[in-house]
Amino acid sequence: MSAAPVPGTLEMAPSGAADRARPVKAGLILFALLAIVAFLGAIAIGPLSIAPGRVLAVIADAVWGEGASLTGAALRERVVVMDVRLPRAMLGALVGAGTAVAGAIMQGVFRNALADPGLVGIAPGAGLAAVAWVVFGGAVAHLLPLGLQGLGLSLAAFAGGLLTTLVIARLATRGGQTSVATLLFAGLALGALASAGTGVMVFIASEQQTREFLFWTMGSLGGATWLKAALAAPFVFALVALSPFLARGLDAMALGEAEAFHVGIDVNRLKRICVVAVAAGVGAAVAAAGVVAFIGLMVPHLARLVIGPGHRALLPAAALLGAAVVLGADILARMIAAPAELPLGVVTALIGAPFFLWLLMGRRAFAG
Amino acid sequence: MHPSGLSARGVSVAIRGKRLVSDVDLDVVPGTVTILVGPNGAGKSTLLKALTGEMRLAAGRVTLDGADIHAMPPRDLAFRRAVLPQAAEVAFPFTVEEVIAIGLIGAQAPDRAAHVARLLQQVDLPGFGGRRYDSLSGGERQRVQLARVLAQIDCARRAYPDGAAPPAFLFLDEPTSSLDLGHQLTVLALAREHARAGGGVLAVLHDLNLAAMVADRMVVLAGGRVVAEGAPGTVLTDDVLARAFGVKVRVGAVPVGPFVLPQSIGAEGLRP
Repeated sequence: MSAAPVPGTLEMAPSGAADRARPVKAGLILFALLAIVAFLGAIAIGPLSIAPGRVLAVIADAVWGEGASLTGAALRERVVVMDVRLPRAMLGALVGAGTAVAGAIMQGVFRNALADPGLVGIAPGAGLAAVAWVVFGGAVAHLLPLGLQGLGLSLAAFAGGLLTTLVIARLATRGGQTSVATLLFAGLALGALASAGTGVMVFIASEQQTREFLFWTMGSLGGATWLKAALAAPFVFALVALSPFLARGLDAMALGEAEAFHVGIDVNRLKRICVVAVAAGVGAAVAAAGVVAFIGLMVPHLARLVIGPGHRALLPAAALLGAAVVLGADILARMIAAPAELPLGVVTALIGAPFFLWLLMGRRAFAG
Repeated sequence: MHPSGLSARGVSVAIRGKRLVSDVDLDVVPGTVTILVGPNGAGKSTLLKALTGEMRLAAGRVTLDGADIHAMPPRDLAFRRAVLPQAAEVAFPFTVEEVIAIGLIGAQAPDRAAHVARLLQQVDLPGFGGRRYDSLSGGERQRVQLARVLAQIDCARRAYPDGAAPPAFLFLDEPTSSLDLGHQLTVLALAREHARAGGGVLAVLHDLNLAAMVADRMVVLAGGRVVAEGAPGTVLTDDVLARAFGVKVRVGAVPVGPFVLPQSIGAEGLRP
């Protein structure tokens, strides 16, 4: 209040505020363009390189074409695009969007920009269930419907993550009140327990089983199929569709739980919805592609830097940017050691961890 | 009895079996300013939390126009009362305008920027809309929070047709604690204005002289119980202050009302 009011200050105030308004619309357009470029790039780039224009033509031809029998190069292009790269890109976009939106929601609920879906026990819980499936699943696989038998590992991971989260949320709720601190500590404790259980499983597993499990914990889109993408899609779309209804509550939560209640938010209900939504979204992503590290942490950070912390824009921005980052990382994972493939989670961690440290050093204020 | 306004009867609050507030009766009457005073740990903030619906009661009832506030949905409650917290950290780098907008409940006014600018003018922070909240001083943050609370009151009034809005209640927990003298008076003037417009105000204050100046009624809380209540002139007596605060001070009177003279304890009184 040092500046004395000068004539005209009052009139200038609204426009002054507008000048500093965040580039929300521009940011969303930028993220959408990045997602589109990464999506086309993920289909165009590979051992058989296909021009982005051809990508669209091949897809259009496959969907609407007369089904004239293709031969030679054209057939190879169609098989590569339709059977390999398009499902993989779809799955990558879904995994990225789901994980990033879940991360942004978690950070909003915990009022902490360092919160991550892994914190509420999803990753360790899903991990334990996945290893258990690798080791013992063969004995129970026949109980599944025939079409889903190949997805046993994914289903187990999904169920494990969801179950762990619900147990932790149950532990943290007393008399209708969910304590965020208890939720966090219960998540850490159960996560440690699940990791110990995973250790035991790895110990009794055969060498082949261990290798299968390791690949899964490092995350990969390598096993992408249309079925996997179709299974993940409803969960990710539900999470994204739900997010506008969470935005106001999450904004208010930034002031504190009591303050959110005072402006009319049913805080306990909000927390319950968020925990279940995040568990389902991340569970689906983890089940489809394993643990892709740092996306839930890094993408909301980046989005917040560009468009600000308001959740109405942040959640869709995180979805778009999450898709772009995972697709970009998957392109790198396929290119760096081509023709071999690096695990996707290794690439996101190699980029994410240093980026995150740099962010912490340079912008402490954002650490919350 | 069907009390209009906000009314507490036999209210007790306990945390982990420890009674912080015991058997309090209190009315916040529309059109008036009630000031809650008392020593540290008297249970003032706890009582305030019980009255806003934030904290569960161990016994008793808090009603708003006869309805139990602890049974009201948070959203309905938000249209009847707003609460200024003691101090609020904001978790993410929100701007001042974004923080104030959190108080905009119900249907959004088409002129959000103009509305926010007007509120900022009221709390004497013109042009602060684009500033980062976390870059402000404590006193500036307190006034931004007040602007948010006033935004909520505005929206609550707008949710009803002209003149049909029921009285809204303003709860202020030490609203002047980080403010300089001029801004303390600004805030109390806003509270008075809210009462003049027909709303009810309950504020916790530590400064007895400011309390005496702004209050229609004062409630003195000590050890979780009401030890005195009434007009400032009847509450601020040497005897009540000695019982509540455990200090021997003299209360004087000037033409505008009572005042407390901490100096009256003399240099002797400062010795432990």
